[in-house]
Amino acid sequence: MKALALAWRLLLRDWKSGELTVLGIALVIAVTSLTAVAFLTDRVGHAVELRAAESLAADLRLGSSQPIPAEYIDMAEQAGLKTASMIIMPSVVFENDRSTLSAVSAVSSGYPLRGRLKTSIQLLAPATETTDIPGQGEAWASTRLLARLGADTGSVIRVGTADFRVTKVLDFRPDQGWRFVDLAPTLLINMADLESTELIQPGSRVSYRNLFAGPREIIASFKPELETLLSAGEQLRDIADTDPQMRSATERSGRFLNLASLVSVLLAAVAVAMAARRYAIRHRDRIALLKCLGSQQRFILRLNLFQLFMLTIVGAATGILLGFIAQQGLAWIASELIAQDLPAAGASPVLLGLMTALFILCGFALPDLIQMGKTPVLRVLRHDVEPPPMRYGLSYVAGAVAVLALLQWMVRDIKLVLGIAGGTVGSFAVLGLAGWLLVKATGRFRGMAGVSWRYGLANLNRRGRESVIQVVAFGLGLMVLMLLTLVRNDLMETWRDSLPSDAPNQFMINIQPHEVPEMQKYLASQNMQVPEFAPLVRARMTTINGEDVSQITFEDPRGERWAKRESNLSFGDSIQTGNKLTEGQWWEAGTENHEVSVEADFGRELGVKIGDELGFDIAGEPVTATVTSFRTVEWDTFQPNFFMFFSAATLRDYPASYITALYAGAEDDRKILELMRQFPSVTVIDLEASLAQVRDVMDKASMAVQTVFLFTLLAGLAVLWAAVQSSLDERSFESAILRTLGASRARVLTGVVVEFLAIGFLAGLLASIGASLAAWHLAVNVYELPYQFSPMLWLTGPMLGMLFVGSSGLLATWRVVTHSPLSVLRGV
Amino acid sequence: MLTILDQVSLQVSHGERIAIIGASGAGKSTLLGLLAGLDLPTSGKVWLAGNELTALDEDGRAALRADEVGFVFQSFHLIPSLTALENVMLPLELANHDQPREAARAALGSVGLGERSGHYPRQLSGGEKQRVAIARAYVVQPTVLFADEPTGNLDQQTGETVIDILFRMNREYGTTLVLVSHDLVLAKRCDRIIQMDAGHIHIPGQTDAGMDH
Repeated sequence: MKALALAWRLLLRDWKSGELTVLGIALVIAVTSLTAVAFLTDRVGHAVELRAAESLAADLRLGSSQPIPAEYIDMAEQAGLKTASMIIMPSVVFENDRSTLSAVSAVSSGYPLRGRLKTSIQLLAPATETTDIPGQGEAWASTRLLARLGADTGSVIRVGTADFRVTKVLDFRPDQGWRFVDLAPTLLINMADLESTELIQPGSRVSYRNLFAGPREIIASFKPELETLLSAGEQLRDIADTDPQMRSATERSGRFLNLASLVSVLLAAVAVAMAARRYAIRHRDRIALLKCLGSQQRFILRLNLFQLFMLTIVGAATGILLGFIAQQGLAWIASELIAQDLPAAGASPVLLGLMTALFILCGFALPDLIQMGKTPVLRVLRHDVEPPPMRYGLSYVAGAVAVLALLQWMVRDIKLVLGIAGGTVGSFAVLGLAGWLLVKATGRFRGMAGVSWRYGLANLNRRGRESVIQVVAFGLGLMVLMLLTLVRNDLMETWRDSLPSDAPNQFMINIQPHEVPEMQKYLASQNMQVPEFAPLVRARMTTINGEDVSQITFEDPRGERWAKRESNLSFGDSIQTGNKLTEGQWWEAGTENHEVSVEADFGRELGVKIGDELGFDIAGEPVTATVTSFRTVEWDTFQPNFFMFFSAATLRDYPASYITALYAGAEDDRKILELMRQFPSVTVIDLEASLAQVRDVMDKASMAVQTVFLFTLLAGLAVLWAAVQSSLDERSFESAILRTLGASRARVLTGVVVEFLAIGFLAGLLASIGASLAAWHLAVNVYELPYQFSPMLWLTGPMLGMLFVGSSGLLATWRVVTHSPLSVLRGV
Repeated sequence: MLTILDQVSLQVSHGERIAIIGASGAGKSTLLGLLAGLDLPTSGKVWLAGNELTALDEDGRAALRADEVGFVFQSFHLIPSLTALENVMLPLELANHDQPREAARAALGSVGLGERSGHYPRQLSGGEKQRVAIARAYVVQPTVLFADEPTGNLDQQTGETVIDILFRMNREYGTTLVLVSHDLVLAKRCDRIIQMDAGHIHIPGQTDAGMDH
């Protein structure tokens, strides 16, 4: 108890007197930035999830070929979730003498639970968002449907036994998807009208859907609860099962945000370690005195541990509070730009803040504090008596392990964590070596300039070990700052550029072989881009290496799903644009072998390897092909891509339709409408809305990353501050001596500035090299983006280094030379 | 190995005031460190208040210091982050004193610094710092007070004031005083002077290095 009370009092007194300012503020900045990042990441991540959820029109979607039991809906409503239902069936609709197949979708009010419908008052009129659904007796028809019927709003169309007036053009529904489902154009009607159509008869193909949406925690507990009740034909989907395009964008944004958090953690650890070192050095006298006054070693240790614990609690609490406030402000700024309220933050960042403070202090401050506790009592008589030299290498292993564990806990991506950790260790080693070389090299230049230069460079040399540590610290801080700028600018741009504004937005499928030349002719006559047409063969996978797929136990549940549903296969001689071979070899053009190239992730989920033989059923005929290569596909380019692409010999003799994708600007709407009329059997899918959805997710994510990096920048500044502070006592003393010996203020200042400039220059140069290499590594290996080295970086690094370190040094030491040297000397 | 103290034998009685004088490097401070249990001799034995210091471990010696010993140093050794009052309170707090604040305030008053109790060491003059240090040393009413060059960093007049206070409190509390100094005038105010020279003591008498009260 005595130790606890004393620890608290000493901590308070230390804070009051300013002794704890550097350590305390470094810790608070660390926790603040990290929790603000975590709070914001949590909220933005949730916003991105919500955005992604729009492609389901819900957080959870239950699908079945049988009516959905009412108890599910009751259960959801009791749990506090919003629900809506949807029934979809294919039906031919008539308008006067024309007819076409349509996906008639009856919806209940509240649909869609996520995202908005977009409608317009007539064909080609501007679309606006709506929260309504069609009234009774009304129908909203998609552009494609109206084009095929040659109708527009105002027409009356017959569905089953009921007539509907088309009141709006349905331009977009969030869950329309664009893959090869829902091929028929949509006709949206009110659920209350469904019965009058008499479409639902025994044996008719009806798809029932129930949508659920609500707060995350409720969804998280409701989903497993519902899953236990589901029967075989009922399928529950959440956003994890959405399109690969959307998944890819969401995963990437998550990685960018995590990178920001990671960097904050590392910076925080560095800043706290430096501040703790200074605190420990300044408090050796106190420990010696406490021992002299009769305190035992165990008591001192307890005292230090209690102080550390209190510092953790106070620092974490303050940081978490500030982090929450800061994040509120940021979310407010972000919501202006995102134009949508961010969901509320969860509580998990609180635990994260506490754990962070504890991990960082234990890993990086504890070794110094324990060492401080070992100060011999004899120091009260002889000031040169110091604690036994610390085995830093060993003590920081604990710190490094603590940080790695924390990172892993946060990110759950061991590849990323190890990459960052490896990069950091490597940078420390390289920076350390370079710092040592600089210190050696300065000896040669000392005689070449005036006395201030000689003093500055001599300082660098004399404080060899400390200089190296400072070069490493500044170098790392700068490297991270530059890496952030790089990541923000280069990587973000590269990423956004990967989805160019003229990415294909019109997907055309069901093109018969004889229509291909006619369509090419039509597009050319309209001065539109004439894209490639890819053949498409529908097939069902039957065997892997001769074994029936229905008998195979798949490790990955996704693999099982892929294997059991109908696949879209394509064939050709050369690899598609944007695809990259990762394993194996592409076949020779014109080969007669049956070969297949498999998309790498798909292959992994399926559990196949090079040389495996895949068997398919195509229109009742068995076909086999050998896996000869794996490739990656950039899904978010929206080009027609295939999980499985075959040599022409395998599939050319089977009935195929063609698919293509092209970009049409707003001015081309009429041409596309005309194309639909000329080729009524061709299905045109307007992807513009889906594309906008993906772009929006990207924009949101990049906005989040930028605001999040603001905090990381703060943490970086804390490191610089702590580094300057750590050498301040020694510098104060030396400057006082120099001035006492007759050096002018300007001369002392110049010497200090020279020293800091030299440190800044080298740190900046090394930071340039490190940041370029790290950015290259991140771009190529982690984010899978091309990277170009930026020459400006090599200039900005050293300049920034000299500016930062030089001005920090000057600012910090300014106080020293403006104070009377006597007060500094008397204070010793 | 360098021999700092050699064949030293010394006994100090309870309530006695002794001065250890000698040139720089004669071993005065080393002797003081050994007597107070701050350091251990490579050979020989030391007793303090009936306890054999050389037989105790670090924690044992610390416990003994907490009970029996007070210190005044040449460079004051006030904790810069604590106010004058808090510095004086520290040994009381370590000893679980009931009312450390009141006792410390009284001690500060008795060295004439009642008005400056809220000041930090950096705001005090050298003489004031040393008076705070004396208050800190006496506030726990130690059996023995060790003073290492208490006026070494002070001008003559301030030094004399400080010494007056030191001796006055010594009288009031009946404390044994072991004083290390260069200053012969100061030394002469003690009951006995021990002259040190190159690690040896120049007094006739005892055979064991030790101290009883």
